[in-house]
Amino acid sequence: MKRVSLVFTLALSAVLWSQAAAAQTLKTVTDRGMLSCGVSQGLPGFSLPDDKGNWTGLDVDICRAIAAAIFNDPTKVKFVPLSAKDRFTALQSGEIDLLSRNTTWTLSRDTSLGANFTGVTYYDGQGFLVKKSLKVNSALELNSASVCVQTGTTNEQNLADYFKGNNMKYEVIAFGSADETVKAYESGRCDVFTADVSQLYAERLKLSNPADHNVLPEVISKEPLGPMVRHGDDQWFDLVKWVLFAMVDAEELGVTQKNVDEMARSDKPELRRAFGTDGNLGEQLGLTKDWVSRIVKAVGNYGESFDRNVGVGSKLGIARGLNQLWTKGGIQYAPPIR
Amino acid sequence: MTSDAPRPPPPQFVAKLRRVLGGRAGWGGFVLQLLFAAALVWIGYEIVANARANLQSQRITSGFGFLANTAGFDVSQSLIAYSGSDSYARVFLVGLLNTLVVAIIGIFFATVIGFLVALGRLSPNWLLSRICGGYVELVRNLPLLFQILFWYLAVLGALPGPRQSISLFASIFLSNRGLVVPKPISAAGFAPFAIALLVAIAGSWLLRIYARRQLFLTGRLLTIWPYALGLLIGLPLMAWLVFGVPVRFEIPELKGFNFSGGSRVIPEFVALTLALSIYTGAFIAEIVRAGIQSVHKGQMEAGSSLGLPRGLALRLIIVPQALRVILPPLTNQYLNLTKNSSLAVAIGYPDLVSVFAGTTLSQTGQAIEIIAITMGVYLLISLVTSAMMSLYGWRISRSLG
Repeated sequence: MKRVSLVFTLALSAVLWSQAAAAQTLKTVTDRGMLSCGVSQGLPGFSLPDDKGNWTGLDVDICRAIAAAIFNDPTKVKFVPLSAKDRFTALQSGEIDLLSRNTTWTLSRDTSLGANFTGVTYYDGQGFLVKKSLKVNSALELNSASVCVQTGTTNEQNLADYFKGNNMKYEVIAFGSADETVKAYESGRCDVFTADVSQLYAERLKLSNPADHNVLPEVISKEPLGPMVRHGDDQWFDLVKWVLFAMVDAEELGVTQKNVDEMARSDKPELRRAFGTDGNLGEQLGLTKDWVSRIVKAVGNYGESFDRNVGVGSKLGIARGLNQLWTKGGIQYAPPIR
Repeated sequence: MTSDAPRPPPPQFVAKLRRVLGGRAGWGGFVLQLLFAAALVWIGYEIVANARANLQSQRITSGFGFLANTAGFDVSQSLIAYSGSDSYARVFLVGLLNTLVVAIIGIFFATVIGFLVALGRLSPNWLLSRICGGYVELVRNLPLLFQILFWYLAVLGALPGPRQSISLFASIFLSNRGLVVPKPISAAGFAPFAIALLVAIAGSWLLRIYARRQLFLTGRLLTIWPYALGLLIGLPLMAWLVFGVPVRFEIPELKGFNFSGGSRVIPEFVALTLALSIYTGAFIAEIVRAGIQSVHKGQMEAGSSLGLPRGLALRLIIVPQALRVILPPLTNQYLNLTKNSSLAVAIGYPDLVSVFAGTTLSQTGQAIEIIAITMGVYLLISLVTSAMMSLYGWRISRSLG
């Protein structure tokens, strides 16, 4: 772990010493013929490779959607697995073109890292996972507990805030990777494992007996997760931002992987704009006119991707909740394509 | 000065300077070196200036101002008072002390293990020497990270939970949360007790100096240990009886999930120190064995013919000579142990790399500054260690003449 971050730091230094000021990320990606996308080291539902090395997940779908929009081929992505603490350095150094790795949007990360968040792919919050045998029903009963957490996350800070705010004592044991954290929790080193709730559900699947563990009802923080790109390339920032918006808008417009060709022939003005039969909105982004249909054909709309990866159609079975469209009681909302 | 005095030799200073600065190549070589040094300085300046400019243009925060910001996260073990509302500079200090404590305790045990195993390996006892040989071959051929994880997950992780902990006299508890022991709290009689102990130590030391002087002056070997023992036990005991109990103990109690009260040694610390000591101990054993074998066997025979028992001959004759060979590679092992302690992050021990180059780095994103500080600190620790070892080496080589 130490070596990896050292490598990234050296790479960062090298880039900073040589870099030409204006980075043309889209051109670099097109010339390379491949999108380089930073993902997690294996988090079910968000980014996880199968035994053949095929990555799937909600975060992975963002990368695939961008590759589809650029190359009309969702497989032209090189996935770079990153630990929580190496992710920003990898983005800064240019090792990856975007970071799509369940990363919480905060003010300090938006301002001081030399990178920008492009949107929210998943509205999450931090929770606690405990063994059922401990008979704990609320996070407020966790006084004096030992808590396992992954280092380099917002979880580590929220945890300190929560216990301090509630005048409770605790012992924190912070590990370098999610796997080590979960292993320590399972071995009984800690009473509690804390992470974003979606991650708790995902990691629980990896435990030897998932039914013995319980996610407590308290959600102690706001964790809006989203992709990140480097500062200084507005074209690339817009492109990444609008690929996600396109997926959300597609769901709102009722465009799905199945009916996309049919919808493309529709006469409705907003569909004609989205599919490029009217105007050249895709080209303004540096893409092609049919960018939306490319994206939806490759990964589906936002709702389809959600259901397939983390929602009811997946092993995680997480309800849409906040991530439902704004028209259906959630807060997922994308600006209009026009 | 009189006129018939021999002519002073021509001034050597310029020629000497020329040789020192330019080597065999003379002044030309000196100019070349100067140019080379200038080029290095220029490259260094460009690197820093360029990095600064690019960091600014990408609007990545730079500089060391972050050290004063609030850290906002907690640490499982700190030797100094620390809470989440302290600054990153304090986190740095906490991590540094945690690294140093592992390094110092690890070096101590690795040295003890190394010397014992080496002596065992050289022992005429077949079984002992084979066991020690087996230990060395097994331990030095397995990767260190694997051994750390083994101690942490397989050995310490297999201990029972706090509610089923193994207890000794209902006051010492061993569980997968670590070892909890009663915590001494100073009571009324503490100051006199401590003073008595210090006086006793000083007294024994003086006694030893006196005995050595007698040995060198008159050749008489004085037996001093009963007096020293009497001093060391008697004086503090008297202070205890006169002034009352020096310390009281806070007995740990199981409250909720964990023990409260008492002092605790966390399992991450134990696993890391254990793995580092055992691993480095195997290398040290080989170094010590080589050192001892490098001393001519005639030395041992000479010692035996003087009537010295094997242990005394080893201590007085063989080891001091072997130390000259042992010391340089031993220093290497000490440095290795210190640097290897950065594997701590794998088991969640809050060392410098984990809390500073890990958590602090990812929270502030200031990779260049933090990695530079961390590398600088490891360099400094290593240089101080090797300076101390050189000093020790200089002392023993002087005493051997």
